[in-house]
Amino acid sequence: MLDASFKAGSLPAGAGVGYKPQHFTDITQAPGPVKWLEIHAENYMGDGGRPLAQLRALAERFPISVHGVGLSIGGEAPLDTDHLGRLKHLLGWLDPASFSEHLAWSTHGAEFLNDLLPLPYTNTTLARVAAHIDQVQTTLGRRMLLENPSSYLAFAESTWSEPEFLAELARRTGCGLLLDVNNVFISATNLKTTPQDYIDAFALTEVGEIHVGGHDEDTDEYGAPLLIDSHGKPVVDPVWALLDHTLTCAGPLPVLVEWDNDVPDWPVLRDEAARAAAALSRVAA
Amino acid sequence: MTTVSQSLFRQALLAPDRAAPDGLRDSDGHPAGARFDVYRNNVVVSLVEALHAGFPVLAKLLGKENMDGMARMFVRVHPPSSSLMMFYGEALPDFIASLPQLSHLGYLPDIARLELALRHAYHAADASPVASESLASLSPEDLLATRLTFAPSVRLVRSPWPIYDIWRYNTRAGAPKPTPTAQDVLVTRAEFDPLPALLPPGGHAWVQALLQDHSIGKALDFAQQDAADFDMTGPLTLLLTGNAITSLKDKD
Repeated sequence: MLDASFKAGSLPAGAGVGYKPQHFTDITQAPGPVKWLEIHAENYMGDGGRPLAQLRALAERFPISVHGVGLSIGGEAPLDTDHLGRLKHLLGWLDPASFSEHLAWSTHGAEFLNDLLPLPYTNTTLARVAAHIDQVQTTLGRRMLLENPSSYLAFAESTWSEPEFLAELARRTGCGLLLDVNNVFISATNLKTTPQDYIDAFALTEVGEIHVGGHDEDTDEYGAPLLIDSHGKPVVDPVWALLDHTLTCAGPLPVLVEWDNDVPDWPVLRDEAARAAAALSRVAA
Repeated sequence: MTTVSQSLFRQALLAPDRAAPDGLRDSDGHPAGARFDVYRNNVVVSLVEALHAGFPVLAKLLGKENMDGMARMFVRVHPPSSSLMMFYGEALPDFIASLPQLSHLGYLPDIARLELALRHAYHAADASPVASESLASLSPEDLLATRLTFAPSVRLVRSPWPIYDIWRYNTRAGAPKPTPTAQDVLVTRAEFDPLPALLPPGGHAWVQALLQDHSIGKALDFAQQDAADFDMTGPLTLLLTGNAITSLKDKD
């Protein structure tokens, strides 16, 4: 359970972007509406050099959100304490405004599979994930945010809905939640549910950050739509609409635009951030 | 109810011919086929892309199609052993050397070793170099007795192939074509960008001995066993301009 001395997140309720090194100069000279930046923790676990120098410079100007992709919190195996130690070191010197990770697994035995893999939602997995979150928060001495995944399939064995599973994790561990609206849209399309219903069932009071991003469109072997979380395109209009719905229900929150593949020139990403800022200004007004 | 363990999931993930595990389905109750393939594809494609990004000269030499094919074989046999993807591919040089279909391109493993050395140098800890005058002010006797400490970014790559020329030809416009010769390379990082430099005969032995904490004079002995006319001026200049020397130590 969360200790009263733990640090809580403090990102501004404005637009942020996922930081890409090719945008370093543009971001420092013309950030536009961008109020904060998110980095992938694992890219800053080297010993030195340009990545860390750039991060130190950015952290002097922007609140930083550290977003982990390698902790495997949903894994069956114990957490990798070496990795947790590297995370503690990074958060220790950087002292970021927020730390978040995924409801997913990526490590099996000695292997790292470099993808966010899904888990069933059962009492067994609930207890295990809660124990992992406890261990992370205790080791790091701060509250973490846990992100909802994008789903392509369902586990027959699941007995919890995803919003209920996440809400129960937040209740048991005191962690916050990161609500990825694009993931909600992807999962709802892929599993034939209604994205607004998912948002309405979500523990919005626990949400400390929102993600939007682009996805690819495909179909499965039965001709059913299959959306893929690629982070390689602009955010589609239905996802912007879902963001509006979410902000109307939850009030202003930090909103991040993710663009990780086929990364565009800065003005394109800045314009996406401006759309997120405009959505926020509509609820703040 | 069928439970899908992560072992089962993992086995199917890296075996394209295997069916998706029972217990995974779409919203209509069909078993997951194409939907499981999304994860298969994500894992393999992201790892193949990581190898392209980490070994750009190797990828250029092989061409996209051959690099993709080789990388797809590699990621199934050697998935990452750490979430630090910045160092993924340590096993690639030996893997390439083991492939009969690439044996006619004998220099490829050493090119991959050079690219690994550059990547390690890129992420190595920062260090403060000594001023070059601190060496120049020593008497010849004291200079020979001095031992050096090095920045963590310093790397050596030894090869019977012209790896420096091949690297330069594929990264620098207008660079001359490689000619068949053995080349040893010193990697330094003056600020943030690692730079490979060609060492003269004996240079590898000299720097290697210094890295092993021998004195400059003792390192000179090693170097001259390799190349009788070895002159340390060139390699020493490379170390100094590359900000590779972080302190001088007196004789024990």
